[in-house]
Amino acid sequence: MTMRKLFTLDEIKKSLLVALWFMVLTFPILAVRVNPIYKVVEWRWHNLLMVGIGAFLLSFPWRYFQGHGKPPEKSAAAENQALKNSKILLWRRHPWVRLCAVVLATGLVLSFPFLFSSYQVNIMTTALIYVVLGLGLNIVVGLAGLLDLGYVAFYAVGAYSYALLHLHFGLSFWLCLPIGAGLAALFGILLGFPVLRLRGDYLAIVTLGFGEIIRLVLENWNEFSQGPSGISNIPRPGLPGIEMSLNASSIFLYFLMIALTLFTILVVSRLRDSRIGRAWLALREDEIACQAMGIDKTRTKLTAFALGATWAGMGGVMFAAKTTFINPASFTFLESAIILSIVVLGGMGSMLGVILSAFILILVPEYLRAFSEYRMLIFGAVLVIMMVFRPQGLISNVRHRYRFEGLKTPPEELG
Amino acid sequence: MTALLSTTHLTMDFGGLRAVDEVNLEVRQQEIVALIGPNGAGKTTLFNCITGLYRPTSGDIFVQAPGAAPKRINGLKPNQVTALGLARTFQNIRLFPHMTVLENVMIGRHCRTTSNILGAVLKDRHTRREEQETVAFSYRLLEKVHLDRYVNELARNLPYGAQRRLEIARALATEPFLLLLDEPAAGMNPLETRELDDLITRIRNEMGIAILLIEHDMKLVMNISDRIFVMEYGKEIAVGTPLEIRSNPRVIEAYLGADSHA
Amino acid sequence: MDYFLELFLGGLTRGSIYALIALGYTMVYGIIELINFAHGEIYMIGAFTALIAASVLAIMGFGPVPILFLAMLLAILYSCAYGYTLEKIAYKPLRHSNRLAPLISAIGMSIFFQNYVLLAQTSDFLPFPSLLPEVPFLEPYAYIIRSSEIFIILTTLVVMVLLSLLIRFTRIGKAMRATAQDRTMAMLLGVDVNRVISVTFVIGSAMAAIGGVLIASHIGQINFYIGFIAGIKAFTAAVLGGIGSIPGAVLGSLVLGWTESFATGYISSDYEDVFAFGFLVLILIFRPAGLLGKTAAQKV
Ligand SMILES: Nc1ncnc2c1ncn2[C@@H]1O[C@H](COP(=O)(O)OP(=O)(O)OP(=O)(O)O)[C@@H](O)[C@H]1O
Ligand SMILES: [Mg+2]
Repeated sequence: MTMRKLFTLDEIKKSLLVALWFMVLTFPILAVRVNPIYKVVEWRWHNLLMVGIGAFLLSFPWRYFQGHGKPPEKSAAAENQALKNSKILLWRRHPWVRLCAVVLATGLVLSFPFLFSSYQVNIMTTALIYVVLGLGLNIVVGLAGLLDLGYVAFYAVGAYSYALLHLHFGLSFWLCLPIGAGLAALFGILLGFPVLRLRGDYLAIVTLGFGEIIRLVLENWNEFSQGPSGISNIPRPGLPGIEMSLNASSIFLYFLMIALTLFTILVVSRLRDSRIGRAWLALREDEIACQAMGIDKTRTKLTAFALGATWAGMGGVMFAAKTTFINPASFTFLESAIILSIVVLGGMGSMLGVILSAFILILVPEYLRAFSEYRMLIFGAVLVIMMVFRPQGLISNVRHRYRFEGLKTPPEELG
Repeated sequence: MTALLSTTHLTMDFGGLRAVDEVNLEVRQQEIVALIGPNGAGKTTLFNCITGLYRPTSGDIFVQAPGAAPKRINGLKPNQVTALGLARTFQNIRLFPHMTVLENVMIGRHCRTTSNILGAVLKDRHTRREEQETVAFSYRLLEKVHLDRYVNELARNLPYGAQRRLEIARALATEPFLLLLDEPAAGMNPLETRELDDLITRIRNEMGIAILLIEHDMKLVMNISDRIFVMEYGKEIAVGTPLEIRSNPRVIEAYLGADSHA
Repeated sequence: MDYFLELFLGGLTRGSIYALIALGYTMVYGIIELINFAHGEIYMIGAFTALIAASVLAIMGFGPVPILFLAMLLAILYSCAYGYTLEKIAYKPLRHSNRLAPLISAIGMSIFFQNYVLLAQTSDFLPFPSLLPEVPFLEPYAYIIRSSEIFIILTTLVVMVLLSLLIRFTRIGKAMRATAQDRTMAMLLGVDVNRVISVTFVIGSAMAAIGGVLIASHIGQINFYIGFIAGIKAFTAAVLGGIGSIPGAVLGSLVLGWTESFATGYISSDYEDVFAFGFLVLILIFRPAGLLGKTAAQKV
């Protein structure tokens, strides 16, 4: 569809119909409000008008981009070529660009807490926690292809490990970080054992159920978790012998989070290009062929599950340390949905994509606080729109390419 | 010569359908055995039973690795069967489409390598060396099947015939002593089929791997097999050398039909 | 014994509502293998539409019986329209992409619908008029079963019978079965797959609306969040029965209803959902494809 064809009479008629359809559709819920106690009806015709105009105008770009988003079946080779030449990749490959980017990023990361308010620093720390969670879930969903809708359970395990261990035994943050990670991994294995035989969507609902069970137990088992009122006064991490102001400790936490993020990136990228990582990918691509090639399905799935959980556990400890107060309300299904969206939006398996989309999905709503009421509405709409127009995610995953030194016949690049 | 693989009264039922019926099959060292039969005869099902994808209803499967004691493998998981030294390809190509050609073959090395998570994270000496060896080993296999120029290409971008050869290379990477090929020539043009003929013979002669192959291309089968095994409706109806099979009236009637006289 | 009977019938009522919603999940899943996460929201929108219609009609002075019918009718129509539009916007463009994209889109729609109703109406619980008629001869047994429960169970039964007739004997029902079995093949044989998918969404939405109106007037209050919880439960029920299987969805729903009812009645009401999910996990460990799901070996 070209621009000119967009505004023919026919197209306008279509859009009018769409507008009419949406006005009818939203009529009862948007235009009518009943107060059942006083038995009065409030009519809000202006809402309807706005829907009509909005639907009319939006239906043009919707159709236009849909026509464009899906070019006629590209051949696989052409697609691969396009992938190779995509701008982002070309940039990334150029050594100069890389160096500049690294220097720039380092400078920005280091100076950030000193340039911006501690409010901004806290937001950034939150975003980094989600980067870590996204990268962790990326192991499970993006690499191993296991649909986990209850990832938040392991996040909760991490957060509560720190909170409870500190409350009862006075354990420090530094001790709790590995313990929380370990406990989360343990939970991952405990859940994984019975359910990893299940096919994709069965796994999805069971993990979702598991996430809910953990939350409900935390909510109802007052003696153990202090129930819905949660646990407060969780200390922020500190260094022995150094007294930190609130501001300093949030900056410290920020750097801690940067370190954890870098650590995560390092570990996950090494894993991805290792024997284990390849097995995960193979499992995602074709379970039967994968087994027939000698890979132990259960074990491979379990490692993915446990490792993913480990990172959720660490994220949880960090979260508890950052907010100093946790309660079960922080660990709802919505949280799992957000983390999963980060992974899918990022491009399923692409680490850069996951990092980017974590920042987008966490920072945008934070800065949308101005329209705080509409935040989640917009969030939902953004998920749908992103998927409809870019189902493959922000950045397509690119496989590791091997160079061959010291082999007889070096490979020629295939165009 | 000992039998690498032998099945006794192997039977597989799907509900009321008996897909494999009391089959006794034997593959000996260094042998190329063809398994032929009309569509739906149960050939693929037999492969699936042997490689652990299906659990046979009754009967036994024995495997004897060269220089080892025979082992009953009923009920083993597919990966355990592969670890023992049986590797296979699939009738409907099952590559890992979004992984590169080299990575596909490297997957085959998985069960012969040992690096663990810690090694992968720390990149210690052992892991690095093993990774290098894996790459080199896989690359040499790609050379063998003439796919080396595609190393870094995604598997799904390969032409059909090349995908079939990649499956063979991937199977070889598990260092099997018996290779099971399910219709390797399907969808290949005559030139490719001739190359395949050559490849299979080389695998047997140079690598000493026995081969059991399902194939509908009679020319290929008659050319390369030492023995042919014929199935119909799940039952074995004949075994013998190509010469014997060619003249077996039962086989002619059941399978080869008018073709063989032409 | 009375207590047992009360719990049994309570579970049956719950299960009936779950079944009405679960069928929508399982039918959609059977045809396009998608977990339609926004299905619960369709149910919630049905309930809201009924509430609004009933209130307006009551103010206009209609009697209870016309209100029930008109409100139910409007709820069904609107739910169908929402279900239809949902599919066209959020799923149809993604028919050929990877499996997770439509799932995320569904989650997005679910969040969107919840907040849409929250913003347009209210976040508070609204009292829902009890539209279902009281049956006088049940009065003495009211401690065991309320007449609204009888009404729910009977309505569900009728809907199930109609649905199975539709699927078994009509052209569109046959087309649905064909598409569920093999979409490509159905397409080649001239089945209009897009239409079948739309019809599936519409039928599923209609049943969800019926469930929404029934349960809302049984319990007596609704808010924007009821769809999410009911949706997850109903999906659990569908999986429990074997997703894609229509009798499975009904069986799974009843089993889940009873599990919850007896567990809360005899053990503790705090952990109702824990029992539900725990039971699901337990069943799936022993029957990985659900109660009535097929566990056949995958053809290789
Ligand atoms: N998983 C399964 N479930 C049910 N029936 C099956 C299954 N796998 C195979 N069959 C049936 O078993 C019979 C044998 O099938 P099989 O695929 O082994 O035949 P084949 O000899 O390989 O045929 P072809 O030459 O067409 O590949 C067929 O009737 C098939 O439909
Ligand atoms: Mg076959």
